[in-house]
Amino acid sequence: MKSDLELTNQIEAYLRGELSSAEQAEFDQLRASNPDIDHKVVEHQNFTKQLSEYGNRRQLAANMDAIHQQLDIIGLKDEVLPKTVQIRNLWKKYRVNTAIAASIAMIAVLSTMLSTGYFSKTISTNYSALRREINNIKRSQNALIKNINNKPVKGPSDPGHFGGTGFALSSNGYVVTNYHVIKDADSVYIQNTKGESFKVKQVYVDPAYDIAVLQIVDPNFKTLPSLPYSFKKATSDLGENVYTIGFPRDDQVIGKGYLSSRTGYDGDSVAYQVDIPVNPGNSGGPLLDNRGNIIGIISGKQTQSDGAAFAIKSKYLLKALEAIPKDLLEDKLVLNKKNTLSNLSPTDQIKKLQDYIFMVKVY
Amino acid sequence: MSKEIKSSVPTDREVVFGILNDSKDMLNRLYKSYFPMVLQLVLTNNGNEDDAKDIFQESVIVLYNRVKAGKFELNSKLKTFIYSVCRRLWLKRLSQQSRNIGNVKDFEDFLSVDEDLEQHEEKDKQFKQMEHALKLLGEPCRTIIEDYYIQNRSMQEICEKFGYTNADNAKTQKYKCLQRLKKYFFRHNNLKNEE
Repeated sequence: MKSDLELTNQIEAYLRGELSSAEQAEFDQLRASNPDIDHKVVEHQNFTKQLSEYGNRRQLAANMDAIHQQLDIIGLKDEVLPKTVQIRNLWKKYRVNTAIAASIAMIAVLSTMLSTGYFSKTISTNYSALRREINNIKRSQNALIKNINNKPVKGPSDPGHFGGTGFALSSNGYVVTNYHVIKDADSVYIQNTKGESFKVKQVYVDPAYDIAVLQIVDPNFKTLPSLPYSFKKATSDLGENVYTIGFPRDDQVIGKGYLSSRTGYDGDSVAYQVDIPVNPGNSGGPLLDNRGNIIGIISGKQTQSDGAAFAIKSKYLLKALEAIPKDLLEDKLVLNKKNTLSNLSPTDQIKKLQDYIFMVKVY
Repeated sequence: MSKEIKSSVPTDREVVFGILNDSKDMLNRLYKSYFPMVLQLVLTNNGNEDDAKDIFQESVIVLYNRVKAGKFELNSKLKTFIYSVCRRLWLKRLSQQSRNIGNVKDFEDFLSVDEDLEQHEEKDKQFKQMEHALKLLGEPCRTIIEDYYIQNRSMQEICEKFGYTNADNAKTQKYKCLQRLKKYFFRHNNLKNEE
């Protein structure tokens, strides 16, 4: 044991070159003469070599781990994964082109839309409100004043600037017409079939439903007999025969037709579409069914198609009337609920009706 | 963020000299230059980044052993060598885990590295044996052995570190440790051989 320890120490010293040259030569000789010792030297040398290789490898692994810690693995992954690399490169390469192409496409689309009038398509182009512009006789203010000065008349003889139609809501002088007929008016008069004019004042307007409620304030006005027609609350059926009475000229004109759609211009659910001949001046006229119920108010027509007139549903007229604040009404507004027309022939109905339909003259 | 001056890919000759001189800087450049290639290979063939790390580090060890043995001829490109080793290692690992191999998606040329890998396997076995034997050895023997034979510390230093009164005592202790280590190492070896 002791000798083995010493021998090992000696071998180690020999292998590490710690021996003096004399000792080294002596040990070489020993190795040459004693194969047992030589074997031990080789064995020891191999074993220590393995040990140091083990150490080197561990050191190398530790070094690499340290380097690996510094790497941005997620970034590297992004870089090396083929698909992402490709897309990224494509995007980087072509994003300017893409942006330009997109802008050109946008400009092309917008300019096409602009040139074909896509943006200017509004109700006003196709929809014409049917108030009549009365410009055949133009009079100066002076003439008007002269007229008034010369003879005290029941109403001004001036035909007014615009005309429309209106009809009585109640016997005590409430009249309804379209808002667009009387808008911007200085003063409004109505004229019955006998040619009598009465001054009216605006009581209430509802621009959304295009409804205006007027009240006759003329001292010459006498209460009307009770109304022969009533107002229909429900929506009427398609294909129902309807007629209207209006003032497209200075005299009453009857128009007959049928209900062609439950919605008005551009899908407007407030109105019906009616296939009925109407002209400027018909606005505000009543739309009646065969039994003499008011089912709407004529308000306009489509300019570019035939037989498409529009009438505001009576349901919305009633809604508008309900919305009138009580203190705006000087007299009570009581709607007639009794219909005395239902069993009469059309001509008799019209005869009874005509006194309740007025030409609206707007100054 | 300005990236630190990205160490350009070192030439193969630089790498070989760096390895021979145990240059840490060269290891760093080598690692950063070639790891992405291996990461790509492994990620696109059913692996994750940890697999890539293991495979790549193993290939670097193969390279080191080969260069230190004086066998790395400069007629094969270093990149090709690393790629080929990693490819083989990864295929082997995939088949061991009986994961689907299918067609390997290759990104580089590769060459046959069977001989290197055989040697590597042998060395790897020895490394694991040594690791196991050292683990069995326990303290303080392990530290003494590591200090003396791996760190190449002098007996004087070891004496002071462990508080031996004289170098002879330390030498005796070291001798006993070495004998035990050999015993563990070869016993393990024999067991393996008998199996």
